[in-house]
Order: sequence, then structure tokens, then C-alpha cells
Amino acid sequence: MLAKGEKMNTARIREKVAFTVLGLITLLVVLPIVLTIVYMIKNGAGAVTWEFLTQSPRNGMKEGGIFPAIVGTIILIIGTMLFSLPLGILSAIYLVEYAKDNLFTRLIKLSVVNLSGIPSIVYGLFGFTLFVMVLKFGTSILAGSLTLAIMSLPVVITATKEALESVPASFREISLSLGATKWQTIRYCVLPYSIPGILTGTVLSLSRAAGETAPILFTVAAFYLPRLPRSVFDQVMALPYHLYVISTQVPNMPAKLSFATGLVLIGLVFLMNLVSIILRAHYRKKRQW
Amino acid sequence: MAKKVSEYVIEACIKLSGLVVIIFVVSIFLFLLKDSLSLFGVHSVRDFLFGTRWLPISEPPKFGVIPLFLGSLYVTLGAIILCVPVGIGAAMFIAEVAPQYLKNILKSLIEILAAIPSVVLGFIGIVWLGPFLRETLGLKTGMCGLTGSLLLAFMALPTVISISEDAIISVPKTYREAAFGLGATRWQTLWRIILPASSSGIIAAVMLGIGRVIGETMVVMMVTGNSPVIPKSLLLPLRTLTATVAGEMGETVSGSEHYFALFAVGLILFIITFIINLIADVCLRRARK
Amino acid sequence: MVAEVVIKTVSLKCSFAETTAIKNLNMEVYSNEILGIIGPANSGKTTFLRALNRLNYLNVSYSQTGEIIFEGRDIKQINDSTLRKKIGIIFALPQVLPISIFDNIAYGPKVHGITKKSVVKGIVENALQKAYLWDEVKDRLSTSATRLSGGQQQRLCIARTLAVEPDVILYDEPCSGLDPISTAKVEDAMRELKKNYTQILVTNNTKQAARVTERCGFFLMGELVEIDETKKLFTNPEDKRTDDYITGRFG
Repeated sequence: MLAKGEKMNTARIREKVAFTVLGLITLLVVLPIVLTIVYMIKNGAGAVTWEFLTQSPRNGMKEGGIFPAIVGTIILIIGTMLFSLPLGILSAIYLVEYAKDNLFTRLIKLSVVNLSGIPSIVYGLFGFTLFVMVLKFGTSILAGSLTLAIMSLPVVITATKEALESVPASFREISLSLGATKWQTIRYCVLPYSIPGILTGTVLSLSRAAGETAPILFTVAAFYLPRLPRSVFDQVMALPYHLYVISTQVPNMPAKLSFATGLVLIGLVFLMNLVSIILRAHYRKKRQW
Repeated sequence: MAKKVSEYVIEACIKLSGLVVIIFVVSIFLFLLKDSLSLFGVHSVRDFLFGTRWLPISEPPKFGVIPLFLGSLYVTLGAIILCVPVGIGAAMFIAEVAPQYLKNILKSLIEILAAIPSVVLGFIGIVWLGPFLRETLGLKTGMCGLTGSLLLAFMALPTVISISEDAIISVPKTYREAAFGLGATRWQTLWRIILPASSSGIIAAVMLGIGRVIGETMVVMMVTGNSPVIPKSLLLPLRTLTATVAGEMGETVSGSEHYFALFAVGLILFIITFIINLIADVCLRRARK
Repeated sequence: MVAEVVIKTVSLKCSFAETTAIKNLNMEVYSNEILGIIGPANSGKTTFLRALNRLNYLNVSYSQTGEIIFEGRDIKQINDSTLRKKIGIIFALPQVLPISIFDNIAYGPKVHGITKKSVVKGIVENALQKAYLWDEVKDRLSTSATRLSGGQQQRLCIARTLAVEPDVILYDEPCSGLDPISTAKVEDAMRELKKNYTQILVTNNTKQAARVTERCGFFLMGELVEIDETKKLFTNPEDKRTDDYITGRFG
């Protein structure tokens, strides 16, 4: 039988061991992350030159740059934002300010959860069927943006919902007690204070959309376009699709260029994440309530 | 009174927007169903669900999903076995052991991991992980299920870690205080009290991780070898449900049996992830109580 | 001289889910008076106030039977926006929006369609004067209202309410968080406002009721036990429960 003092020591030793193991496990997570970034930078940074960023690909992608893919991705980001933002914000406003506690509301919330779990390739199928075939937009910026927008909805809705809910209830009460209508209250007394949260969530959702390949496979992506798109019914090249194609379907592809493409994509996505984080920090400081 | 009319219009738009999410989920399901049923007009459901050969270009074509389903299953299992212990361990470390400054660094790193586009991870699988595994394990090819599992485990970590961490943090302070009051060490408290108390949330984290893994397309398409046969081991090439849809869609003729078969595969994916998300949502609700 | 009845309740019953907050209220409020409502916690005083401008309905579990007549009309027939414009309320804790002093007060006129700069400026100054706050803030109207002291914020809330030109002003324990000097300033404002507004003051502080009000009603557990001239209520009440409360035997 161990005396009480000894029992305590065993327990402490056990704790030290356990916590060390947990620390090692965490290291197992963290190390690959750092190594991945370093690996990409080491192998790709050299090729990310001004020419690489501003020229079109030549010689079957093996030379030149990725300018049209960058432009295409940016166009898709803008298109996604145009479609997902208004719809997402209005849906969130409904959920927070108008919805009652009933089955219908639960169904809406369940649908949001489900939308966020649907595999990206299924979105690709849906977008292909609805926008490309049924609505006859063809493989186009329009079809691709709409598909990415539906995929981004859950994130926009959730972020907007949280932003709206963080506005103190007293604000609404003040507004209503002065005789404002419900919509006036939302417009003048709730939305202005939710904009930071909405902005942060939007940029985050767009950063994800920028990196997605599966939804754009059949809805907009083109392997090689000789010129930049002229209308929303045109196809575009896009960074994620470009990386996929050059790493799986172009024989004798110079590795440096592939790494550089991957690095540019990571860079773009990280930049957007950084913007989102900075926005969040900035507005948290400015908050007066 | 003109103000009133525009307000009615806006409020109608808002209420309609609430409905839109439900409409999207239902539409996606219906579109998948419609095209799947076109397949089942010619092929039997039994042959589809239980057939062991996926040969779309043979004469007559065979559309049995068992090889694909098992491919997804193996890869997912492999990923989860790796990801869950590591993820929960890391979550425990971050939530309960790490000092504040370290917490921030770790959380930022995990956000960075979450931001890496899947196509980039697939790329790394092709240029480094695949060849590495091939050499160290003496395989015929590095494009096999194991490569996929490793990358998928890596990808799902942020989901598992952040939701588990939330679950652990939200265990009420009183539990900890009671345990400390009785003389328990931090480890004993964590292992015997906090972990069981947060089990609902952790189960939800695992389920959402599984959902993420099953639904992933690009990584598996790029590194698992694309061999639609019943996988005998993770060390051999295989094919997942997602990769099948993404890979073969470009080669089908719209309206052909093959085309409809891919939609049927998409339908299976939708149903699987729907159920997983439902379970996860129930667990999260329970955790919140 | 017969005073005009501004508000009248008829068999008013207010409930939140299973709990009845006001059982069966029949009372009248006369124009331009300062009516006090006193009583211990949970007697229905706040519920009564908030029933008058239908703020109780913000709570999903609220239900109400009986009638409230305002200026001769059943308030069910008046739309929310108009009703709350005419019956303003000052809450217990000063609630200001995190915007400038000017914008806080201009908010009310804005939602009622008054946006012309020159007009709004006049309204803001007027309201601040009536709330005895103008002199203290006239040089810093564009600074944030959150920088004001508690007492100043509460007078800002009064000015904010005055800016929409109500007929009735409700006060829900407005001085509970304030120091004596700020309290005195608020009470001064109330006395000055009497000329043009009907005011109902809910207060936990019987001494304040004695100072400021002319008539006073004693609420206990959802019932109006007694309502009479303040002097009489405090010196010679009819009901023993009123006497017990005022002399401090409970409450």
C-alpha cells in the first residue's frame, strides 16, 4: 500500500508523462504544417517572378506564366461574393430577427448544417446540371460563380448570424421604443454594428472558394484559354484547376513551375485569411460595447 | 406610407431568403435523384449497390459501386484511425496544457492548415509523399490508399481539433474546481472528468471529420491511384466514390448510362454525408445542453 | 376642474407563459400629471409600463387580455411605431448607442422621416435643453455618448425620447443607478416637463415618489392596492398593506 505522499508522487509523475505525450502529439500536428509551407516555399519561391505572374502559359504550360489563371480565380472570387453575400446576409437576418422557435426554423438551421457538409464534387454535379445544362448558361463564369456561391452560403450565413447576435439586445429595444419599425431597427441599429463580423466571415468564405477545384471542374474551368474572358458566359482558367492539370496531365512538366503555381495559390488564400484576421482584430479593438 | 411598401418588400425578401437554404438542399437532392432514377430504369438498384465491378466502358457496362464504396471506406478508416487520436490529443494539449502564448501560436498554425487548398495537398502527395512511401515501404507505386489516408488525416485535423477543443473548453468550470478541491491532478481531472463530460462534442468532432474525409475529392483523385477495383489493402491503388465522379464525368456523354451512374454515385455521397451531418448535429445539440 | 384621462386600463391582465404579472388592473392616468408607481420587486410595475407601449410583446411568452385606452382609442388599433412615438420610455440603466451624442438624439427623428439637417439640429438642441443637459454637452455634440457619466447618459435618454415629441413619458426606475446629484437633475427635468407631458414614474425609492409625484399608486403582487394623492398615500393610506410598505415593514 502506498502512503498518501507516495500516491501523490505517482500521480504527478503520471501527469508529467501524460502531458509530455500530449505535447508530442501536438508536435506531430504542428511539424508537418510548418514543413509543408517551408517545402512549398523552398521549391517554388524561385520561380515566382514578375514574369511568371503576368504572362500567359506557353508551350503546353511548360513555360511562361499563370496570369490568366490568377485573373480567372479573382473573377470567380468576385462572382461568388456577388451572389453569396446578399442571399447569405438576408437569410441570416431572417434567422436572427424574424424566425420563431418552430419546426420551420429548425429545418432551416438543419439545411445550413447540411449544406456545409455536402461534398464539393456533389456541388459540382448540381452546378453542372442546374446552371450549365438546365439554365443553359454553359460552362461559364456565371455557372461557376453561382455554384461556388451556394457552397459558400453556410459560412456567410453562420458568420452573419453570429455578428447579428452579438449586437446587444438593448440596441434593438432602444430603437423600437423610439417608434422605429422592425426593419428600420435592423437597418440602422443592428446591421451597422454587425458589418465587421459579416466582413470577416465573407472574406473567409471567399478564401475557401478561391481554393476549390471540384465545383469548378465541370462548371467553368478551362485548361487553356488563349485570351482573357470577355463576358460572364465565357470560361476561365483558375489556379486550383491549373495546378491539378499540370501535376496530373502534363508530361515532363518542369517541377519548379508546378511548385510556383501551388505557392501562388497558397499565397492568395493566405493573404485573404490574413485580411480576415486583421479585420477581426481591428474591429474588436474599436468596439465600444 | 410609401415607406411602408418598400418595407413590406424588404421583409418579404428576407422571409423568402430564409426559405432559400431549404430549397437548395432539397433541389440538390432532387436533381441527383432524378438523374439517378434514369439509371435505375435500365440497371437494377441491387446490381448498382451490391455489384462488385465498376466497368463503365465494357460492353455491357457494369456499374457496381462496391469497389468504390470500399475504396472510400478504407481510405476514410485509415484517415480516421490516424486523425482522431492525434486530433483529440492535440485538442487536449491546446485546451488544458498549453500556456496562453503557445495556445495562440498553435491555433494560428491550425488555421493555416485549414486554409491550405486540397489540390495543393494532393500535389504534395504526388511529388513527395507518394514517392517517399514507395521507397520506404517498398511499394510498386506510391499512388495508393495509404498516401490518401495520410493526407486526408492531415486535412481533417483542423476540424477535429477545433471542435474537440470547443467541447473541452465548454465543460463548466465547476467540474474542474470540484475535482481540484478533491485533490486531483490536472491530468486526472482532464482524463477522468473533462473528457467524458465533453464526449458529445468530441463525437460530433469525429463525425464531422469523417464527413470531411469522405467528401474530399481532389486529394484522393490525385494520389490514390484511380484503380476502381475492390481494394485488397491500403497499400494498393484504389478509387473512391468522389474521385470516380470527378474523374469520369469529363469522359461521359450527357444522357448516357455512364452519366446517370455518376449521378447515382453522387446521390450516395449526398445521403452518406447527410446522415453523418445529422448525427453530428444531434451530438452538438446534446453537448450544448 | 376635471382632468382629462390620457390612459385608462380596463381589466388588464398580463402574463408571461404561466406566470401572471398583472391580475386585473383598472386605473386611469390624467394628463400632465406625474403619476408614481411604487411597490416591492415583482409586483408588476415594470410590466404595467411596458404594456402601455407594447414592449412586453418583445418577449415571446407574453400574453395579455383586457384593454388599454390611450387618448380615447384602444391601443390595439394604433400601430406600434406611432404608439411608441407617443409613449416614450426611459429604462433603468442608461442605454446609449455607441455613436455621437448628436446622432443618439437624432436617431428618433430619423426613423420618423425627419432628416433635414437644419430641422434636426433644432430638435436636438431643444431636447437637450428640456432634459437639462444642453449646457454640459453643447460643445461636444459629436463626441461619443458612451463617454458621458451615468447621470448624463440618463438625461441623454430623456432628451432622446423628447426628440420624437411624445405625449407621455414612462420612467422605469430611472435613477436606480445614479448618484444623488444626477438624481436631483433628473427629478428637476421631470418637474419642468410636467407642463407639456404626462409622466409615469415607477420607482423603488419611496422618498423619491414623495418628492416628485402628485398621485401615487401602490402595486403589490400584480394588483393595484391603492391609488391616491401622494400626500395622502404616504401619511394616511386606506389599506394596511400600503402602510406597511411605506413604513418599511416589508419591501
